[in-house]
Amino acid sequence: MAESYRAEDFEPLHVDQATQTLSRPSLSYWQDAWVRLKANRRALFSLYIVLALLAFTLFGPMLWTVDPASQDLDQVSQPPWADRSATLVAPYEPWQGEPAEPGSGLHAAQTPNTQAVRLVWEPMGNAEGGYRIYRNVFAIGPEKAYGLPLGEQFDAALTYFEDRLDLKSASYYYTVVPLNRYGDELEGAVTREIAVRNAITISHAEKRGLLTEGHTAQVGDSITLAAHPLGTDYLGRDMLARLMYGARVSLFIGIVAPFLYVILGVAWGATAGFLGGRMDGLMMRFADFVVALPFLLFMILFKIMFGIGPGESGIMPMLIAMVILSWPATSRLVRGQILQIREEGYIGASRLLGAKTNYLVLRHMIPNTMGVILVTLTFAVPSAIFTEAFLSFIGMGVAPPTPSWGSMCNEGIKTMLTTPHELIFPAVFISITVLAFNLLGDGLRDALDARMRSRE
Amino acid sequence: MWRYTAKRLFQGIVTVWFIATATFIAMHLVPGDPLASDKAVSPEIRANLEAKYGLDKSGIEQYFIYLGNLAQGDFGISFVQKNRLVNDIIREHFPVSATLGLLAVVFAGLGGVLWGALTALYRNRLPDVIIMFLVILGISVPSFVVAAISQLGLVNLNTLLGVTLLPVGGWGSVAHMLVPSLVLGLSTMAYLTRLMRSSMLEIVNSDFVRTAKAKGLPPTRIFTKHQLRNAVLPVITVLGPAIAAITTGGFVVELVFAIPGLGRYFVQAVQQLDYTVIMGTTVFYGAFLVFMVIAVDIIYGLVDPRVRLN
Amino acid sequence: MPEVATDEPGFAKSAGKQLLTFAAIAVLGLGALMFVLDALASLVGSDSGSSSAIEPELNMVTIAFEDEPPQLDSTQRADQISGRVLGHVMEGLLAYDEHSQLIPGVAERWEIDALDATFWLRKDARWSDGEPVTAHDFVFAWRKAADPAEASEYAFMMHYLKNGEAVSNGDMPLDALGVQALDDHTLKVELARPTAFFDKLVAFQTFYPIREDFFRSTNGRYSADAHELLYNGRFKITSWVHGASMMMVKNEHYWNRDAVKLDAIKVGYITQDTHARFNFFKDGKIAYTGLGAEQLSSAMENNFHIRRFQDGSLFYLEFNHQPHRVTRSWHLRRAMQLVTDSGELVNRVIKLPGYLAGKSLFPVYLPGVKETFRREYGEPLQELDRVRALEHLELAKKELGVKEIPTITMLIGDTPISKTQAEYFQAVYKETLGLDVKIDAQIFKQRLEKMTNKDFDIVMAGWGPDYNDPLTFGDLFASWNRNNHGDWKNDEYDALVDIAQNSMDQTERMEAFARMQQILYDEVVLLPHYERGQSYVTHPQLKGLVRRVVGADPDLRYARIEADAS
Repeated sequence: MAESYRAEDFEPLHVDQATQTLSRPSLSYWQDAWVRLKANRRALFSLYIVLALLAFTLFGPMLWTVDPASQDLDQVSQPPWADRSATLVAPYEPWQGEPAEPGSGLHAAQTPNTQAVRLVWEPMGNAEGGYRIYRNVFAIGPEKAYGLPLGEQFDAALTYFEDRLDLKSASYYYTVVPLNRYGDELEGAVTREIAVRNAITISHAEKRGLLTEGHTAQVGDSITLAAHPLGTDYLGRDMLARLMYGARVSLFIGIVAPFLYVILGVAWGATAGFLGGRMDGLMMRFADFVVALPFLLFMILFKIMFGIGPGESGIMPMLIAMVILSWPATSRLVRGQILQIREEGYIGASRLLGAKTNYLVLRHMIPNTMGVILVTLTFAVPSAIFTEAFLSFIGMGVAPPTPSWGSMCNEGIKTMLTTPHELIFPAVFISITVLAFNLLGDGLRDALDARMRSRE
Repeated sequence: MWRYTAKRLFQGIVTVWFIATATFIAMHLVPGDPLASDKAVSPEIRANLEAKYGLDKSGIEQYFIYLGNLAQGDFGISFVQKNRLVNDIIREHFPVSATLGLLAVVFAGLGGVLWGALTALYRNRLPDVIIMFLVILGISVPSFVVAAISQLGLVNLNTLLGVTLLPVGGWGSVAHMLVPSLVLGLSTMAYLTRLMRSSMLEIVNSDFVRTAKAKGLPPTRIFTKHQLRNAVLPVITVLGPAIAAITTGGFVVELVFAIPGLGRYFVQAVQQLDYTVIMGTTVFYGAFLVFMVIAVDIIYGLVDPRVRLN
Repeated sequence: MPEVATDEPGFAKSAGKQLLTFAAIAVLGLGALMFVLDALASLVGSDSGSSSAIEPELNMVTIAFEDEPPQLDSTQRADQISGRVLGHVMEGLLAYDEHSQLIPGVAERWEIDALDATFWLRKDARWSDGEPVTAHDFVFAWRKAADPAEASEYAFMMHYLKNGEAVSNGDMPLDALGVQALDDHTLKVELARPTAFFDKLVAFQTFYPIREDFFRSTNGRYSADAHELLYNGRFKITSWVHGASMMMVKNEHYWNRDAVKLDAIKVGYITQDTHARFNFFKDGKIAYTGLGAEQLSSAMENNFHIRRFQDGSLFYLEFNHQPHRVTRSWHLRRAMQLVTDSGELVNRVIKLPGYLAGKSLFPVYLPGVKETFRREYGEPLQELDRVRALEHLELAKKELGVKEIPTITMLIGDTPISKTQAEYFQAVYKETLGLDVKIDAQIFKQRLEKMTNKDFDIVMAGWGPDYNDPLTFGDLFASWNRNNHGDWKNDEYDALVDIAQNSMDQTERMEAFARMQQILYDEVVLLPHYERGQSYVTHPQLKGLVRRVVGADPDLRYARIEADAS
């Protein structure tokens, strides 16, 4: 059978578009990781939280323009839900006391308000050494616990007392106890319940911007005090504003410190791993030394060594100390990776094809260690935030008046029982941040893990 | 084996020298006057004090005297507790911190393995969800908050019951240790639980477990012999760093629960700029951790046949 | 992902059982471990949990300390905690009773003249080993306090004695110090100059006795431990576990032992955390504790009896008067004075009952001629006037030749309360005067060094009394005083201090103090912030706890346990 070949049989086959098209889009390592991260709902949610925190820090102060240092001493340690109505009163004038009318007993000489409560009472026969004045927020029970000892009048003839101590809008039980000449308490105490109303002086109201210029407000008018969505702290400063500024400190240390020490660690580890041999041994030995330094002890030592100058916030010393002490872990990790990659087949192939060192490092080594580095970085953030909080808690953190979440916790923990909001808000912010970075780290690790990639 | 041990010990000693030197340098760069007092003293008295603590000598001289004393295990006399040796302070207070730390590590280790195994076993069911929620809390709430709240809880519990169920602080019996060590070990326990859980889940899918099942081994045997045992290995490897973190991280717990440990002394010494106590404690802790890690490594090598010591 | 094996029926159950066994073994192991630890801990520990605040059967009271005493050598004592312990276990020539009146101590009677003093010691005063307390023990202790080799912070106390200053500077031998034992029970003192308050001085702890032979036998470890100290006071220390506990029991050799009502005082806890101490109190473990502002409402809720007390210390803002500092400007200082409201500080920022708004260098309790100094002579009128303050500020700018006042550095300590105060004043000076103040918060020793080097514009400082006379505050601003950190110098003031130091006429002295008080106000040398106070709670059965400004505080020497709560 004779076969006849035609000339067109020898023409190249027409290149069909369809054969060249990939059925699925080609994904780079990072695109692939991103796809997997997106599929991980928890990690994605954490990512959103992290972004929200950053927005809170960076843009929050633009929306909520309250000065975090401004003190509203008329609203000290107020929870968010506190009653903000107040009465305008005349400026405070010192009071020299006045006698009580016979038969009137213990009572307030003038309308009691949060500026001052002025008490007068009738002389008591047995009070040789004067009187002691108490105040309680609870009714006096059989224990005769009269509450806070506000002060004494060491002269039996002086039957008045002015109380200005941390007055809140509440009902108080005032008690006057007669004393003998040694100052010991005698029988015959009188108690009177007195309701105190919230008040602010006109000058204070003007200073706080509650009354505009040219106002016609008068003494006795009602007024609403400045709003504080998350309450105020022990100096009447706005918690929301302080949390925003505190976030700047905490997140700055939490993100910048790990960033810096991871870079240092990568540089150190990559150099050691790449150079190998004697140099590698020396460099790693040094890293081992630094690892052996007890972390918290040296954090504290370095903190006081660098010192905080007048007016400085103390952020930089903390940052430097953290970088000095924390880089070796990353450097070990990166060195290990580099050593491993160096032995991989594709590096050898690439070298045979004439690739230069620069090319090898930039094209293969760094991208291939990037995943590990990124995961390390994410997990380093929570521990850096904790370190800052811990140092601030033992009083070795940022200097006043700089707020940080840790120092706010430290202040709030003292008043945990009476004004829990001062602890809860900063603690919740720390917890959420730490949690978000942890979950994000988990997600990233899963997404970047090469083994997972092949397992789909 | 012996060569390895000797080599590691030598390395350990060099590391301790490094720590001692770093501490000395840091300490002498700290601004402030360790001899300053509330009442200003005359220059004559000051000179006598400086001579007493050897501060009148040059820095280099002080360094070699310090190294010499260190080699003999002598940390000097405290600047604040003027007739107490730093050695005494360490000898009396380190056992307290160590006991607390040891118990915390045990709690963390046992708890971590147990909860981790449990969550893996009941994956995505109620016990898993509850435990993992607690784990998340344990990881994300700062330890000082946990310490303060748990002490408060104890007080309220005791008040409620009318008897002292557990003391709210102090030291002297195991009852004093329970809550502080739990608090101290909490975050490590949470971390280990997570680790154990993922390690268990990974092993469930491994070839040897599948083989064991194919062989028809009873489930309990598979669970203990194959899964649990292998899943615990990664947990053990991180115990070393965990011990380090726990023993040096006890300050807060010691402060809140009024425990006479060394950590509390360190913080006080820093505030008082008590040179000898700061240097002594730091070097001691550093040396302790270095030799601890060496010991763990050697023991690990003996236990796990896959690790060869060389 | 393949399904996990654990989902097979039955597997989870049996594995769970296994886990349970494992858990049971773990718990057992833990129990064993704890048993061992328990034995170990009782070696180091205080066994704090076993006793209640009040133990009527043992006649024992349990308390807590904020810190442990750094050491208990009376000639070296410089801190409050050591003073507290020493006050309980030692006794000087004179002592203070429960109403803070001077009473005979080791000395039965005494005579103080212009330039010498004689003390006749009681024959039945004994050390805790039964040996008598002799005049030689005082001579030894006082020489030791003045000894330059000992480098005591309180050596200046011996400057009241003849040759005291020369001896403590090493210019004269120790035996030149103006104190000698005429016989075992007669102590003769020569004074450097007439000292009207020498009886109050010898009650101070630097003047306590130390027995020479015992001191030598301790080989430099004197007072480092309970058995390395000899006691002549109402109590003696029987055990001292550093950092953890201390046990003080009644001293059976004390001459007036029948007056001691308590058999034992146990310091069960040592912690700086006010919160923790309050928790111990609530839990019925300690009989006394101080309160922070944060604990007040909880104390009220629990119906505790709250008391208050001024501990005698004054806290104030001191200016640097050196020529290159802006604070040398009187107008600037005056402007700041006119906007500093110590009342607001105490009532709205510190918020603790017991604190008094600072009005003078001399706290309210200091004695005058008959009554207290402040009741006899009053205090400068405190003015608050922002308008005038701004006028002074303008004048200050002219005086200094600047357009704007440069930033003022405020040196403070690192305690929470001083940080809060600093933040408060920073905002006050900014809001009222537009002054920029930067805070320089330093740990204790670093702050002291900066104060000594005069490295500040303004500094928050405090001072506690060493003896019960206005001079303990008054000489602070004498130009020669090393504690005058701001280098303020005023000839009239110096002359007044001289009168107060040398005059034996109380009225003349008090008038000098009154004039000093006015000068300090007019020249704005300091801005008094507050007289520190303390709020505290005591167990209802504990009676006779004494709080005092000078000496052991709180003082349980006269305390007793009452049968049941009243």
